[in-house]
Amino acid sequence: MNDQITTAQLTAWVTECARLINVHADALNDLDATAGDADHGSNLERGFTAVMAIGFLDQLDSPRELLKHVGSTIVDVVGGSSGALYGTFFLRMAVTSGPNGVLDAAGFAELLRAGGQGIVDRGSAQVGDKTLYDSLAPAITALDQALAAGDTLARALVSASAAADAGRDGTVALAARKGRASYLGDRTIGYADAGATSMALIIRAAMTTLG
Amino acid sequence: MKKFMNDPADAVTDYLVGLAAAHPTTVTFDAERRIVVRTTRARAGKVGLVAGGGSGCEPLHTGFVGHGMLDAACPGEIFTSPVPKQIVAATLAADSGAGVLHVIKNFSGEVMNFGMATELLAFEGIAIDSVLVTDDVSIPQMPGTAGRRGLGATVLVEKIAGAAAERGDDLASVTAIARRVTDRARTFGVGLSSCTPPLRGKPIYDLPDGEIEFGIGISGEPGRERVAMRDAHQIADAMVSEVVTDLQPSPGAQLLVLVNGMGATPLSELYLLYGECDRLLRARGLEPVRSLVGNFVTSLDQAGAALTILELDDDLTVLWDAPVRTPSITWGAEA
Repeated sequence: MNDQITTAQLTAWVTECARLINVHADALNDLDATAGDADHGSNLERGFTAVMAIGFLDQLDSPRELLKHVGSTIVDVVGGSSGALYGTFFLRMAVTSGPNGVLDAAGFAELLRAGGQGIVDRGSAQVGDKTLYDSLAPAITALDQALAAGDTLARALVSASAAADAGRDGTVALAARKGRASYLGDRTIGYADAGATSMALIIRAAMTTLG
Repeated sequence: MKKFMNDPADAVTDYLVGLAAAHPTTVTFDAERRIVVRTTRARAGKVGLVAGGGSGCEPLHTGFVGHGMLDAACPGEIFTSPVPKQIVAATLAADSGAGVLHVIKNFSGEVMNFGMATELLAFEGIAIDSVLVTDDVSIPQMPGTAGRRGLGATVLVEKIAGAAAERGDDLASVTAIARRVTDRARTFGVGLSSCTPPLRGKPIYDLPDGEIEFGIGISGEPGRERVAMRDAHQIADAMVSEVVTDLQPSPGAQLLVLVNGMGATPLSELYLLYGECDRLLRARGLEPVRSLVGNFVTSLDQAGAALTILELDDDLTVLWDAPVRTPSITWGAEA
């Protein structure tokens, strides 16, 4: 099968993540203002800007090297829950990616599952807590199911992105149980979670660059 | 937005430069590692104290570095916890051979980043313990949630545990004293306005005239509930009632009472509030014997105040009274 993901494609994914976060930074800040301190977009933007700032991004020639750079840079410059959780997400993907230069569809799905497990381990979030995991978890499930059903990677990523968007939209009706938003309890009902919204962008970027 | 600042992205760094310039014999800003350390290292064999959190809450924690309190502080971006690298650097700077206590306010980001730093520090051979500050009574305690925030009690933990470390207590004893403070301290905060982070350039939320936020934290986010404005007597009554109901002090308990400003409330209003709280506590048969009034744990330019009460015992009182010399808390004479 030709459903392979090269390091260059992963670099394109990371580049698209950075672009989407930059475009949506103000909107993410405003969502965060409903329940937190209005800086989720700015913090992620600072992280991805640092990720892109090195001149040799396209010389990181394995998924492991690339994803390790993304994860450790985010851990080093973002701070807060976002830095720890997104940093752990990419670092776990790096550790899981092995020494090979090319991934297949199942390999990418395995990376995403490992990243999701990293978020659960670090933040002990569960589906329904109104966090970034609420868009990631359904995306992982949708990707796995679509690939198991014989879909191409491109089609499976379309399903994953749709599931992430639905997960994000589902957080509107939830009261936050984790993170700073949890201090407001029921006052967070009616707004999408900022983290679930940014994670849906990360999955959307995967759809447009890896499929 | 009108603020004394240059590039908003440099606001935290520019503050740290100014802090170190104003108190050169007490604190030094290590710009490369982004930590604030004591200018004169603590004596060998003293337990080190490290704390860190989002900036915007000054003087917490950077203003509490010095003799009798913290050995190093790591400031994050505004309202964003520091990164593991800073925490590792602060811990290494604070270690003088007797181990290091991390004072961690219970915010998800702070807990996670201190956790990651502790994993990295496992390779350094430093004994590390931590105390989690969770004094905010406005948050219901429910399993599976982030739990209560660490607020004003953080200052009391840093002062009292710092004094124990300075006295020569070992890591286990300093940690136990720090936990005794967190066990016996509670806080409730009231916001009269939102605040304006430099990079945002506008208030985090709109709080109309005539309305106030009950149950605020220290990051400018809305509080537990929005209620109608009322006079200071009624606000103090609510604060005292929230704190005392949760703390359940023993009859006739001796208290340390902190009336903490959020950054934009004048001292006269804080003392007015202190007077109300003092009277209400005495009416309940409790005895405030130590007080602290001023801006110690803030949210930038937010107007508001928080009441923190610590039930004292003899040792905690001795440690509170012990000499301290930091940029923002200084009393007594060093031995």
